[in-house]
Amino acid sequence: MTATASAGETRSRPVQVWLLVWAVALAAVLVVFLLQDRLPWAVNYPASAVVPVADWVSALMRWIKSNLSWLTRSITAVLGVPLDFALNLLAKNFKIGHGAEAYVLPRLSWVGVCAAAFITGHAAGGRKLSLLVGGCFLYIALFGQWTSAMLTLGLISIAVPFCIVTGLFAGIWAWRKPWAERLIVSPALDLMQTIPTFAYLIPMLLLFGNSPVSAMIATAIFATPPMVRATMLGLSRVPSEIDDFSEMAGCTARQKLWRVLLPSARPTLMVGVNQVIMLALNMVIIASMIGAGGLGYDVLLALRALKVGEAMEAGLAIVALAIALDRLSQAIAHSQAKGHVHQEVSPSLWRRYPNLTLAIAILVVTTLLGLFVPALAVVPKAITFTTAPLWKAAVNWVTINFFDTIEAFRVALILNLLNPLRAFCEGFPWLGAVFLLGLAGYQLSGLRLAVLVAALTAFCAITGLWEKTMATVYLCGISAFIACLIGIPIGLMASRSDRFEKIVTPVIDTLQVLPSFCFIIPVVMLFRVGDVTAMIATIAFAVVPAIRYTNHGIRQVPPALIEAAKVSGCTPRQTFFRVQLPLALPEIMLGVNQTILMALAMIIICAMVGTRDLGQEVFIALSKADSGRGIVAGLAIAFIGIVADRLFSAWTAKARARLG
Amino acid sequence: MTDRTEQEPNTAGAPKDARPVKLACRNVWKLFGSNAANFIRERDGKASMADVTAAGLVGAVRAVDLEIRQGEIFIIMGLSGSGKSTLVRCMSRLVEPTHGKVEFEGNDLLKISDAALIELRRHRMGMVFQNFALLPHLNVLENIAFPLSIQGQDRATREARAREVIELVGLRGREHFYPRELSGGQQQRVGIARSLATKPEIWFLDEPFSALDPLIRREMQDELMRLQMMLHKTIVFITHDFDEAIRLADRIAIMKDGEVIQIGTPEELVVNPATDYVAEFTRDVDRAKVISARSLMRACDGSEHGGTVAPEAKISSFSASIVAANKPFAVVNGSGKPIGEVTPQAVIDLLAGIERSGAGT
Repeated sequence: MTATASAGETRSRPVQVWLLVWAVALAAVLVVFLLQDRLPWAVNYPASAVVPVADWVSALMRWIKSNLSWLTRSITAVLGVPLDFALNLLAKNFKIGHGAEAYVLPRLSWVGVCAAAFITGHAAGGRKLSLLVGGCFLYIALFGQWTSAMLTLGLISIAVPFCIVTGLFAGIWAWRKPWAERLIVSPALDLMQTIPTFAYLIPMLLLFGNSPVSAMIATAIFATPPMVRATMLGLSRVPSEIDDFSEMAGCTARQKLWRVLLPSARPTLMVGVNQVIMLALNMVIIASMIGAGGLGYDVLLALRALKVGEAMEAGLAIVALAIALDRLSQAIAHSQAKGHVHQEVSPSLWRRYPNLTLAIAILVVTTLLGLFVPALAVVPKAITFTTAPLWKAAVNWVTINFFDTIEAFRVALILNLLNPLRAFCEGFPWLGAVFLLGLAGYQLSGLRLAVLVAALTAFCAITGLWEKTMATVYLCGISAFIACLIGIPIGLMASRSDRFEKIVTPVIDTLQVLPSFCFIIPVVMLFRVGDVTAMIATIAFAVVPAIRYTNHGIRQVPPALIEAAKVSGCTPRQTFFRVQLPLALPEIMLGVNQTILMALAMIIICAMVGTRDLGQEVFIALSKADSGRGIVAGLAIAFIGIVADRLFSAWTAKARARLG
Repeated sequence: MTDRTEQEPNTAGAPKDARPVKLACRNVWKLFGSNAANFIRERDGKASMADVTAAGLVGAVRAVDLEIRQGEIFIIMGLSGSGKSTLVRCMSRLVEPTHGKVEFEGNDLLKISDAALIELRRHRMGMVFQNFALLPHLNVLENIAFPLSIQGQDRATREARAREVIELVGLRGREHFYPRELSGGQQQRVGIARSLATKPEIWFLDEPFSALDPLIRREMQDELMRLQMMLHKTIVFITHDFDEAIRLADRIAIMKDGEVIQIGTPEELVVNPATDYVAEFTRDVDRAKVISARSLMRACDGSEHGGTVAPEAKISSFSASIVAANKPFAVVNGSGKPIGEVTPQAVIDLLAGIERSGAGT
């Protein structure tokens, strides 16, 4: 008791000092805000002083393009070979020769691919998974999305192995050389994961043209980081005794890595593979803007033409593909983590891998039969059905009957919440923001963080993007705030009731695997384009981590502590508010951090539905192939994310340290 | 502590150990902290605990001198944090000592090249780990054959050898099980088999039974004794359990705070603990099982003998018969010549825990 009291005293003084500091700082910023007529340069960064970073980047890209075209062309050629093969095999048919004499080798039969999906599901996770995975593929076929889906799948099937190999080697390098991790790999990963997906597309478009290859490279870059992180984590988690054992067995360095450490880290690596697949799918959809084709392109075309029904159909096919790939790779990862079950080894390949041989046999037979039976080669029109008219009718019905309600809600939201907030944010003095964020960084961690945060914030201003940056911050902030407002209570409820958790878990699992594109479609149907649509889609996308981390944070409070609280006579309410919640707070804040980052990623994609922020800047740059403008705006977005992430992480680390 | 005997142990006539030294530590130090190597070199390999702490270093192993003889079970015993694991890792060079020499058959292990070290570990050293350290992705057979496959042996040869050691540790029928399908005791049998597959000369066992239940632990100790009867390895065995040490050891080194406080046979430690710390460990030991006739005997005073015992015989092996006979037993050496006698009273005193000044007088 006395110990806590004295600790409280020693802590309370600095807190008061900081309160005073903050009061003074806020007052100073308020003064600047009020005096904006007198000090316009402090509010809006003067246009004359803008550093033309965008022009420099453009010049650099032009130089690369004109001087290194031999390199980019050869990369395109080399990567094009396997990619074309995969796309032909799954979606397009092989054409040998030219013109009328061309001889066509057929693609894999859809019946065979569906059968292979059933078999793979069965091999990885039993009958339930078999039905789920096979069902998803069958759904795609029957709803007439087969060719598009297979194009998407083909791109993923080439990009993913590439990501896995690159990620593995980068991870090994970072694990071996701590300096490389600290100075190169970690910062690069942070940047790669916070730069918005759109921004990747611009340099790719410029260097590699509008083609599946540039889409694949963008996908590979975007989806590699989780593999690097998983490799580093997996290797560092291998028990030290296993490390010692490999030494004592007389392994050379290479034997130790490839035969002991990496296989021992396999469960963690498989988690990385799962994330790579999901990110690749997400990115392939977005990369349809630079020629990836496939489902993403269908959605894009339909959205541009406001054909809601078609967009919804293609979107659902993406969902089906996402769920199938996610559950399948998770099941494989899970069985890896659980380890193998003994069985007698039989000599023949057929006996050892019955599922594999069966799948290959079915694929070959159905594809060959497809030469004679067209129904096996192409999904017959007669058995496909389309739901597009149905969706359209539903939307029409809702619009006719609820137009007033929805419109009233939308207008009220814009007038009372969004517009005032937007005005406040866009008018916020840039100098004040740099100062306040720097101060927060200094309080939370020290000078280094303060300088980093202030410098990144200042970058957004001196490149002349301040107003757009603040527009992004406002939309991202309000969406993340509402997402937390919804997500944290749901997480709290889930943590207190196992039944509720059972309902919530599959829902958020599914929400998490859906590519960000899919969230826009239904919202656009109801709210048309604009900030409200962006906000609602972002909330739906970003709510998941808030729920998940809150639930997990509360549940991971050690049972012994809860028992101790009960024994000291706490009511359930007291136990919750005085024990569980404070202990779970760092974890919850981690969830809030994730929510903000996801909201940021989503807001950028929402440029497609007509927001007016940095995302729009990137989007415009993409359509004009203006690399400098796009990359600088992309960096500004990344810096917002990094500032938020660093401040929250520092805060969480501080709270963790206090809890011990 | 207070009631321990101040007398020299009666080990007169004990044969001097003539077996060659297999592994020796000469003033081995392992210090953690910046500039540790210079610190100890400047002091010429001598420093007190206070010096080390004052320099901001942590002394995991300090000034360890010991010799392990061929074919003996040498136990390093200490509580957690005493540096025993670090010491054994210095001996196998898993941890590079800061100072001193580790001699393997007289050659300084710290001077040999990496390639030679790998060769040495592949063929002449084996190690068993506390948490088994089995590879999760390999089955029992593959785990045991792994060290051989690292050496490049072909599949048939290495699997034949693996099956031999599987037989040896009694795991036949489990060849295709994966580690997670086995109980802790079975997993450690795999660990033992794997370390034996390469026919090592020196065998490091790092708390091999500490993660097991008491009953299984006892069973595994018996198993180890059975294997040692057949294989005659030089064993370095780490434990924090003094009873285990007493049960298995030829000699025990007791460690505290990185230093070896005393080295001796279980009997020497029980009869003549060097410090109160050692005495504290030996207090609850079943003395009749540790103390031999030699320690309890006195010179013959001409009375009639009820039987004969060897000098190495533990008291517990003849306590029942000597009390029943109620006559002193003659202690005879290998050639049958009596070198002293043990009285029933001395045995009863020992069993009852009564300490008298001077054994048996």
